[in-house]
Amino acid sequence: MKSELKTTGAPSLEELRASPAFPTPEQLRRGPIAVIECIEEIPCNPCEAACPKHAIHIGTPITNLPRLDVDQCIGCGKCVAACPGLAIYVKNFTYSDCDCTISFPFEYLPLPKEGEEVEMVDRHGKVLCKGTICRVNNAKGNDHTAVITAVYPKTFFEDVVSMKRLKN
Amino acid sequence: MNRIEHHPILGDSPARKPVTIFFDGKPYQAFEGDMVAAALIANDVSTLRYTKKYHKPRSIFCGIGRCTDCVMIVDGTPNVRTCITPVHDGMQIRTQEGTGSWQEGKKNE
Amino acid sequence: MNEAELAIVGAGPAGLSAAIEAAQKGTKVLLIDENAKPGGQLFKQIHKFFGSSAHKAGTRGINIGAQLLQETQKLGIRVWLNSEVCGIEQGHNLWIIQNHKESIRIHAKKIILATGATENAVAFPGWDIPGVMGAGAAQTMVNVHRVLPGHRFVMVGSGNVGVIVSYQMMQAGADVVAIVEAAPKIGGYGVHTAKVCRAGVPFYVSHTVKRTLGTNHVEGVELIALDENFKQIPGTEKMLACDTVCLATGLTPLTELAWLAGCKFDYVGALGGNLPIHNEKMQTTEKDLYIAGDISGTEEASTAMEEGRLAGINAAAALGYVTEQEAARRSAEIWESLNSLRCGYFGQRRREAKDHMLKKGAEMIR
Repeated sequence: MKSELKTTGAPSLEELRASPAFPTPEQLRRGPIAVIECIEEIPCNPCEAACPKHAIHIGTPITNLPRLDVDQCIGCGKCVAACPGLAIYVKNFTYSDCDCTISFPFEYLPLPKEGEEVEMVDRHGKVLCKGTICRVNNAKGNDHTAVITAVYPKTFFEDVVSMKRLKN
Repeated sequence: MNRIEHHPILGDSPARKPVTIFFDGKPYQAFEGDMVAAALIANDVSTLRYTKKYHKPRSIFCGIGRCTDCVMIVDGTPNVRTCITPVHDGMQIRTQEGTGSWQEGKKNE
Repeated sequence: MNEAELAIVGAGPAGLSAAIEAAQKGTKVLLIDENAKPGGQLFKQIHKFFGSSAHKAGTRGINIGAQLLQETQKLGIRVWLNSEVCGIEQGHNLWIIQNHKESIRIHAKKIILATGATENAVAFPGWDIPGVMGAGAAQTMVNVHRVLPGHRFVMVGSGNVGVIVSYQMMQAGADVVAIVEAAPKIGGYGVHTAKVCRAGVPFYVSHTVKRTLGTNHVEGVELIALDENFKQIPGTEKMLACDTVCLATGLTPLTELAWLAGCKFDYVGALGGNLPIHNEKMQTTEKDLYIAGDISGTEEASTAMEEGRLAGINAAAALGYVTEQEAARRSAEIWESLNSLRCGYFGQRRREAKDHMLKKGAEMIR
């Protein structure tokens, strides 16, 4: 098994790039796209069923790693709340000249508010930059997995994966 | 604050009837449906009993009624597993020393 | 003495699923549980389950539990709560203590034991002071009783239980200052560990707790590094402030009743220890006694439910409610599901252990 994932808890970029669902740096920058950070063979396939464009393929056995058909993916984010492992987010490099967005799953309280400034973190929880919340989607259909969209500087495009939990 | 009023998955705590329980003679607030150990821990009580030989403090360990680390004297009866015993209004709970002892004829000290 | 056609001991995911499967075919089921509420550990699992979207994946454990209870009520299944089965005599008589007060005996034609598993503990100096508890205890306090037993946690064990409970402590508003793992590799699924990692929780592999700090309550831990032989390396001690230490160091099947009934056992380390030998019908060496769920090997709620269905359909067939043909067809369906859950890097080891057990079961149980 992959070693950075199994010693630190988070995968390295090399480990992620080796998976069939991870977009290439070029694909990542085309526009809204789902990023599935799921690189171990575990029996799980709700992402496949959630995608309205059938862009995610697992098939049988359900331990297959998910494959993303980058051309079919429209970055709608339905897979983000559907993934039981909270392993998927949607990124949009083309948001503006200086900024990009990430729509990520979040299951903590308090939820941030639209317009709020928060701290964006990397895979190890290290704060990289500030972000501004532009959407909090806590629709009933997501079953308590809020999907939060934050705008942050392009400089940190690849490394940001979430926001720091807010204190009460 | 030890009680979880708002939880991202479980939602807000349901409204429950408050009850008064007595721990070593002092009144504490609890709610109907609380397990004794949970109500005491919510009230920052750290030690539930002391061991027989070395008088070491103990609190919950398994939390589901199997290990007996949480036993206390409840309404005069010793060795009651407080993690699975619900509170009632006016309940008398005492720190148990060692294996406890039956209090003949003494219900609410 | 009370009579029951099919007595099921344990109303967790395995027991509930077995009851539903058998009752759907007309079997008169008596479902017995020692707790005040049914559901076993299911109502503490507030995360979304993995598996196949065709089989409740993506649904939270608590909601799966609610669905099973609803189904149980709809089928009018008789349920005895606060009823502790403390003995089995002659394979068919169960001794039960109800409400901690009265004892009652029942005679059952068939019995399914679905008694689950218990948490293991690891001992280190200070493991007995207030603030040290099983990971399951913390999970119960938080998700069932809505009380935080502490605010700064150190989790011992990086398997799925340790990682998931760490996440749940953070969801409840606490902080997790470390997850400590004796092995050189983290045990839990990568997606679970990634979740807590991005919340800033550090993993300390090849480390263990040397001792807790504090006299009357946990005030901290002293961690120490381990060499490749799991020996503590002097001079590598680090102190971490915390008020709670949770032990997530494995589960052992609760098999006392199977012992009492005279079932033959085999030791299967990969599944938690000494297990009752069983065949593909979940039948033990006592032909009227079946097992399902963690008692047959510690796995997950999803496999527990499938094994419950397997034991349920086969017990129903043995009682004449289902033809052998229909039981075989349904069993094959369930086995397909079970095999798909026991795939891949993590499932492979359990699959091999179960195959070894089933081979033994096939030889010994005719």
